[in-house]
Amino acid sequence: MFANMMNWIDARFPASKMWREHLSEYYAPKNFNFWYFFGSLALFLLVLQIVTGIFLTMNYKPDADMAFASVEYIMRDVQWGWLIRYLHSTGASAFFIVIYLHMFRGLMYGSYKQPRELVWIFGMLIYVALMAEAFMGYLLPWGQMSYWGAQVIISLFGAVPFVGESLALWIRGDFVVADATLNRFFALHVIAIPLVLVALVVMHIIALHEVGSNNPDGVEIKKYKDENGKPLDGIPFHPYYTVKDIVGLTVFLFLFSLVVFYMPEGGGWFLEDANFVPADPLKTPEHIVPVWYFTPFYAILRAIPSVAGSSFPGVAAMGLAIVMLFLLPWLDRSPVRSVRYRGPYFRTALAIFVVTFVMLGFLGTQPATPTYTVMSQVFTILYFAFFILMPFYTKYDKDKPVPDRVTDQ
Amino acid sequence: MSSDIDTGKRRFLTAAASVVGGAGAAVVAIPFVASMAPSARAEAAGAPVRVDISRLEPGQLLTVEWRGKPVWLFRRSPEIIADLAALNDQLRDPLSKQASQQPQYAQNETRAIREDLMVMVGICTHLGCSPTFRPELAPADLGANWKGGFFCPCHGSRFDLAGRVFQGVPAPTNLEVPPYHFLGDDVVIVGESAEGAA
Repeated sequence: MFANMMNWIDARFPASKMWREHLSEYYAPKNFNFWYFFGSLALFLLVLQIVTGIFLTMNYKPDADMAFASVEYIMRDVQWGWLIRYLHSTGASAFFIVIYLHMFRGLMYGSYKQPRELVWIFGMLIYVALMAEAFMGYLLPWGQMSYWGAQVIISLFGAVPFVGESLALWIRGDFVVADATLNRFFALHVIAIPLVLVALVVMHIIALHEVGSNNPDGVEIKKYKDENGKPLDGIPFHPYYTVKDIVGLTVFLFLFSLVVFYMPEGGGWFLEDANFVPADPLKTPEHIVPVWYFTPFYAILRAIPSVAGSSFPGVAAMGLAIVMLFLLPWLDRSPVRSVRYRGPYFRTALAIFVVTFVMLGFLGTQPATPTYTVMSQVFTILYFAFFILMPFYTKYDKDKPVPDRVTDQ
Repeated sequence: MSSDIDTGKRRFLTAAASVVGGAGAAVVAIPFVASMAPSARAEAAGAPVRVDISRLEPGQLLTVEWRGKPVWLFRRSPEIIADLAALNDQLRDPLSKQASQQPQYAQNETRAIREDLMVMVGICTHLGCSPTFRPELAPADLGANWKGGFFCPCHGSRFDLAGRVFQGVPAPTNLEVPPYHFLGDDVVIVGESAEGAA
């Protein structure tokens, strides 16, 4: 009966074929470790954000006079509204934690290297779209931090020479951040960018399944196949990794629930204190900080002094910091993928880079005192040095021999 | 059969159709892009604001809203006016040479029509935060040379009590002086120059 129905469908839509290609006969390396949970967790969070987002829009009002009150209405009067909103706000921060760990995994095991350049590029585009999505979403509660955060970020575009002012005006749709801005950010946040995100995720996965997954050893499992053409070191994604990922998801949900139920503000990091005050266009809060996931780039922005009466260099540096990540597949000249078999130069550089990224993230949350400004400048230089010097230190590194097959480590 | 196909003509027609189609798509994009510019209502909301300053004491700051932006009206005491000139060598543009930052009638030492009244758009020229009014002399966080002024909490830009930017801060230019004029002694119209003035 079921077989008949599947036959009927398969004659009209390649359901079984897709199931085989992407799950039951997609062969993934058998040596995936802890770091390989974050891809599926990111997918889970995307779904969670879309579902909770849909339910939030049922009660939220994208109107400068009503937005703040409608969020409080969701929190107090809508049944379970608080849970849906906290899932969404915690989900946003969790999404970035997961994505940063996922990106670090790629960095560690050389997952961006040939032939996975496009997997990495699609991933980076997802990251950029995600930042836009998070930034626009943060304006919607229309609190003080929403308002002034948006004011600062949109003003960044104003620093672009010649067209900047008109560009910022066009983005805001008014002379300052106002109702028009809120309304359009709502439109972009709930429909435009999510569509782009979903499309990019599909392309990310299709590109990945075309070239096959990398692994902690960075070796190509397609090199050794059995008589049926299946990789000797590969196991079908379903059921092996679907089941493994469910275990990962369960552990993740423990931690996620702890935050949602016991510390939904994340100690002021996930929901900032100043955002519990309605937006006031006449008064900037004393200490304005972007949400934590933007702070490394914000620190770079502040580290660069204005040149010749223009704050554009800082803005350009911030943009370049992201562009650098896109270039990674071509900056890395080493034939070795995984950090396990890389030489001391790359290992040291990667360690410094992790410290640099965390420190920039910290500095971005602090007031710009002279000491912190100098530290930001030093770490900004280190950030760019990691990328700009990469062609040299990866080329002359003393890499270790790479095994033929995946290991049992 | 296949030898009868004129591939050159086919390629030309494909290219021509693509160019025409592309041009059509570009033209259709115009209304969508233009719809995001400030609407007629947003443009109209820039109407001038009438402010009564009769009860503004020396050293007092009044904030009003014009075009959604904070506009400060600050009554300067004679001591404050005297202090302004002393700051000149610490400032980036003490004489307000950058013409875009004020109307011509405010392009002077105090950046004002009347030196006892400062009128200023309270938006930092760096990234659009609203600086904090810090009138106290030499507070711990701003240093011993601080003679009162405005401090931007976002990125640490400093301005004096004429909205002039200090050297070595992120803000590139002086604060903006909006167009304004007086109606008698006690009423200021913010957002509009006096007739005939530029």
